[in-house]
Amino acid sequence: MTKLRPDLQIIADNIAPGSRVLDIGCGDGALMAALRDEKGCDARGLEINPANVASAVAKGLSVVQGDADTDLAAYPDASFDYAILSQTLQTTHRPDIMVDELLRIGKQAFVSFPNFAHWRIRTSLLLGGRMPVTRLIPQTWFDTPNIHHVTIADFRALVQDGQYAQEGQWFLSGDKQTGRSLANLLAEHAVFLLRS
Amino acid sequence: MTEDTRFGLDRKVRLLGPLPLDSGAELAPVDIAYETYGTLNADASNAILICHALTGDQYVASKHPLTGKDGWWIRMVGPGKPVDTERHFVICANVIGSCLGSSGPATVNPATDRPWGMDFPVLTIGDMVRAQAMLLDHLGIRRLHAVVGGSMGGMQAVSWAALFPERVKSAVIIASAARHSAQNIAFHEVGRQAIMADPRWRGGDYYADDDPPSSGLAVARMAAHITYLSEAGLTEKFGRRLQDRDAKTFGFDADFQVESYLRHQGISFVDRFDANSYLYITRAMDYFDLAEAHGGALANAFSGSKTRFCLISFDTDWLYPTSESRAIVHALNAAGAEVSFMELSSPFGHDSFLLENPEMNRIVDGFLKAGEGR
Repeated sequence: MTKLRPDLQIIADNIAPGSRVLDIGCGDGALMAALRDEKGCDARGLEINPANVASAVAKGLSVVQGDADTDLAAYPDASFDYAILSQTLQTTHRPDIMVDELLRIGKQAFVSFPNFAHWRIRTSLLLGGRMPVTRLIPQTWFDTPNIHHVTIADFRALVQDGQYAQEGQWFLSGDKQTGRSLANLLAEHAVFLLRS
Repeated sequence: MTEDTRFGLDRKVRLLGPLPLDSGAELAPVDIAYETYGTLNADASNAILICHALTGDQYVASKHPLTGKDGWWIRMVGPGKPVDTERHFVICANVIGSCLGSSGPATVNPATDRPWGMDFPVLTIGDMVRAQAMLLDHLGIRRLHAVVGGSMGGMQAVSWAALFPERVKSAVIIASAARHSAQNIAFHEVGRQAIMADPRWRGGDYYADDDPPSSGLAVARMAAHITYLSEAGLTEKFGRRLQDRDAKTFGFDADFQVESYLRHQGISFVDRFDANSYLYITRAMDYFDLAEAHGGALANAFSGSKTRFCLISFDTDWLYPTSESRAIVHALNAAGAEVSFMELSSPFGHDSFLLENPEMNRIVDGFLKAGEGR
């Protein structure tokens, strides 16, 4: 078993065995395969990149090629125990509607995203005066799927405005878990578990 | 098992029936010509049914008796292929209504001792599937490991999953649709009118003097063949190049390569296909609308389905475009069914599913193998 990306490992560690899971933006299905093989989950995936879909399906995973912005409507309410959106929120047209959709389809939802308020990004913009290019956000401003950069503070506000219940939060820096204090400044990456 | 005369190449069985048809009529007896490949295992759990397209046949992986050409899907079916004849027991049957040995307008109507012609009952895709189910009963196969089909074969595969969910573990539906669109029906109507406008068609009663409406059938094939290709594919293959000449003739010969190619497609088709069968099968496809039988909601066709689904479309297929496959995928999502879907890139239009495509093979192989562990 290859090692999961750190944010995916946090999600995998916090999913109950035997759950029904929809992984939106599932990539090549690494998390789905881990959930299936190690936790006996019934995992389904949605992925936009054709090469990733092919790899996932060839592994025997149930993955549909599609776009999170247009292909979620068909899934019935509360049809999954968890909906997962990892490193995809910032690429969606309306992240607020997306979170609503996640919590319509899933009884709970995991959302992970790179934190745009990390100190390195702040200093890069402050001192360099240019859109930051970092390890977790490696694309240039003109060629990026990330159309809605978000900070941990922004996401907390979204959770509050949407009156979602927050059931868990995890923060990562340099692939290691880091504390909650000053997370918006110190964390490169955040994982939230929500319930409607 | 090898001595069992039910199994092997070039088989034919007469099933007494009657087979109740969607039209309300009945068909009896029901002749089915089919082939099997590989060995059925002890618990009959390794059977894969291959469903053929409009003008396809049971010779999926063996030489065609009339054309001498290789089987039509040897890229998908055979030793070491995704549908692996060393691992799977593969069945392919000529659909009823066709003309390669199964009951159809060219076969003898027992009531008159003459060929059915237009007295043959109008069929549906569902009727074809129910006839195949009778064949599986005869072969002693309760549940299919998979049903696999492209184009009209995909319509049968998706119908199998809807009509007999408990008999289908996995379904592979390639370059297909859950209903025929207005455009699909329109193209078929052009073909049918070409056949019926041929004076030799004679109301379908042309078998006695061996003088079939070949011109009409050839034109039908030519029109249909265009829909199997793509504009880009035609341009790449032929462009505006002239056929065996340096200049235009200012006449109506096949000046252009594409004309010559289409004429060849039409002429060679009439040697292996019956015009009335073409009418009946295109009709069955036009009547196909899987949602219609389920209150207009396609998802209802799959409610509670335990079948695993794999759908594949091709980006240049304008006959059964990706949107049609996606409609099936959305219905399966709504029904909570296990589904994989992918649009593959290929320049060859609808025909892509018949051609070499490593990505398609990799996906089907992985999908079928994953089903074997369960």
